[in-house]
Amino acid sequence: MPTSVITANLLTKEYKGFAAVDGISFDVAPGESFGLLGPNGAGKSTTMRMVGAVSTRTSGELSILGLDPNEHGPEVRSQLGVVPQSDNLDMELRVRDNLIVYGRYFGIPRSEVGKKADALLEFAQLSDRAKSKVDDLSGGMKRRLTIARALINDPRILLLDEPTTGLDPQARHILWDRLFRLKEQGTTLLLTTHYMDEAEQLCDRLVVVDKGSIMAEGSPASLIKKYSTREVLEVRFGSERNAQVAEQIAGIGERIEVLPDRLLIYSDNGEAELARITAAGLEPMTSLVRRSSLEDVFLRLTGRSLIE
Amino acid sequence: MSIGQRSGAAATPAFDASASATTPAEAKELAMVGGVKPRRYGSWYVAEHRIRSMRSYLQTIVATSIGNPLVYLFALGVGLASLIDTNLGPTGFNGISYLAFVAPALLCTAAVTVAAEESTYPMMMGFKWNPIFYGMNAAPITGNQIVNGMVISILARIIPTCAIYFVVMLLFGAVASPWGALGILVASLTGISVGLVIMSYTSRIEEDKGQMAMIMRFGITPMFLFSGTFFSLGQMPIYLQWIGWISPLWHGTELGRVLSYGASEPTWLTVLHIAYPLALCWFGWKATQRVVTRRLNK
Repeated sequence: MPTSVITANLLTKEYKGFAAVDGISFDVAPGESFGLLGPNGAGKSTTMRMVGAVSTRTSGELSILGLDPNEHGPEVRSQLGVVPQSDNLDMELRVRDNLIVYGRYFGIPRSEVGKKADALLEFAQLSDRAKSKVDDLSGGMKRRLTIARALINDPRILLLDEPTTGLDPQARHILWDRLFRLKEQGTTLLLTTHYMDEAEQLCDRLVVVDKGSIMAEGSPASLIKKYSTREVLEVRFGSERNAQVAEQIAGIGERIEVLPDRLLIYSDNGEAELARITAAGLEPMTSLVRRSSLEDVFLRLTGRSLIE
Repeated sequence: MSIGQRSGAAATPAFDASASATTPAEAKELAMVGGVKPRRYGSWYVAEHRIRSMRSYLQTIVATSIGNPLVYLFALGVGLASLIDTNLGPTGFNGISYLAFVAPALLCTAAVTVAAEESTYPMMMGFKWNPIFYGMNAAPITGNQIVNGMVISILARIIPTCAIYFVVMLLFGAVASPWGALGILVASLTGISVGLVIMSYTSRIEEDKGQMAMIMRFGITPMFLFSGTFFSLGQMPIYLQWIGWISPLWHGTELGRVLSYGASEPTWLTVLHIAYPLALCWFGWKATQRVVTRRLNK
C-alpha cells in the first residue's frame, strides 16, 4: 500500500517535441513539506500543473492520493489547495466573496462557506479588508488572500508555485509564518521556488531541478553537506582581476568558483582561507565569510546561479 | 502588521488539517467523494459565480433592461409607427400595425444584444484580464463546466431582460395574441444561439486587437439592420436577403411574429426557425467547450 500522497515516476511533459519536464521522479509523504528548487524555466511550474491535475502528462506515471490525475482530475483537485504563480483572484468581486465563490466550487454548502471564509480571513490577517475590492489590496495581501482561498476546502495537499516572488521582505516573512503554521498543523506542502532562503525555511526535503531534470534530492542541510562546504569566503578584487587572482590562489580552500563580480572560496574555515590570501600579499576590496546555502549547491550542480 | 506576530499562535485553526492523519485508502475514498458534488453541480457553481459578478454592474443591467424597451418602443412604435400607420392605415402593414410588426424583432434584438455583451468581454476576461477560469479549473471544475456555467449565467440575464421587454410590449399594446408570451423563449433561444457562436470565437482570442468591437460593428449591427427587423426581408434586394437567411435574428423574429400576431408561413419554415438556432447552439457550445478545455490544459 503506497504511503506517499504524491508519487511521480519518470514524469514527462513535452511541448512540440521540447521536453519541459524530462522524466522526473519523486515521492512526497503525508505532512511533508517538499520543494522544487530551480531557476525560471526549469520545469517547476509545469510539474506543479501536472500534480495539480490541470495539465495532462506526455508520459510517465503520476499518482496523487492514489489516483491518476488524468483519469480523476476533479476528484484529485477536490483534495488540493492551489496557490498559482500569478494571483487569479476575481477582481470583480470583493475579498470575502472571492472565498465564498471558490468554496462553492468544492460543493461546500452556502450555510457553511461564509463561516469558513470568515475564519480564513482571520488566518490571513485580512478580516478588516473583507469588504474591500481585491484591486485595493497590496501584493502581499493578495497573496495571503490567494492562500486563504486555497485553504477553503481543507486541502490535504497545498501546492504553492513561487509563493513569495515579487513580495517585499516583510510580506515574505508574514507569508512564511502562515505557511509554517500550516506545516505545523500537518498540511502537506509542495512548493516551487527559486529563492534558496525560502527553500531552507520551508522545505523538509527538496529536489534541485534544472532543464526539466532532477539534479539532486535531499534535505536542505544534507544537500549543503553533500555538495558544498560548511563555509564560503566571498572576496572581490574587481571584475577585471577576479579571474587572474583565482589562478594565483589556486589550492586555497577546497574549491574556487569565479563569478563575474566575486570569487567564492569553499572551505570549512573561511577566516583561515582569508588569512592565507592576505599572507600571499593579496588585498581583497571586500571579503565576507558566510554559511553555505542552497545557492552554492545549485552553483556546484549546474555551474550557474539560481537567479540569472 | 509586524514580523513580531510570528510568535503568536492562531486561536483556532481556520481549516481542518487533521484529515492528513487518514490512511491512503481513506484518502482515496475522500477524494472520490470530494469529486461527486463538483462533477454534478459544477456548471451551476460557475453560473452562481458569474451572477454574483454581475451584481457589480447590476444598476446598468436594470437600467438598460427597463430603459431599452421604453426607448425603442416609443421611438419606433409611437414615432415611426404613427408615420407609417397614418400613410398605410392602422392595419396597413402586412395586415397589422407597424408596432405589432416591429415589436417581436425588437424583443429578439434585445436578447441578442445582451448575449453578445456577455459572450465577448467576459470570455476574454476569464482567460486574460481577470483569469478566473484558471482558478476555477484548479478547483474541481472542468472546462466544459465553465462553458456551461457561462451559458447558464447568460441565460439568467437574457430571460429576465426579455420578460421585462415583453411586459413593456404589452403596455404599448404591441402583442395581439396570448401566444406572444412564448416570444420570450424564442428571443432567449435566438440570443443564446448568437452568444454561443460568438463564444466559440472569443474563447480562442489570445490577444485583444479590437476583435470584439469588430464583432459588434460588422456582426451584430448589420444583423440588426438586415434581418427583417424594420421591414420584411422580401422587401430587400435578393442579393442582400442571404444575410437574413443565415441570421438567427431573422429566424427568431419571424417565429416571434407567428406567435405574436399569427403571421402566416409554411410549416417547414416554422420548423426551420426553431431548428436553425438550436443547431447554432449545438455547434457553438461544443466548439467553445473544446477550445476552453484545450486552453486550460497547458
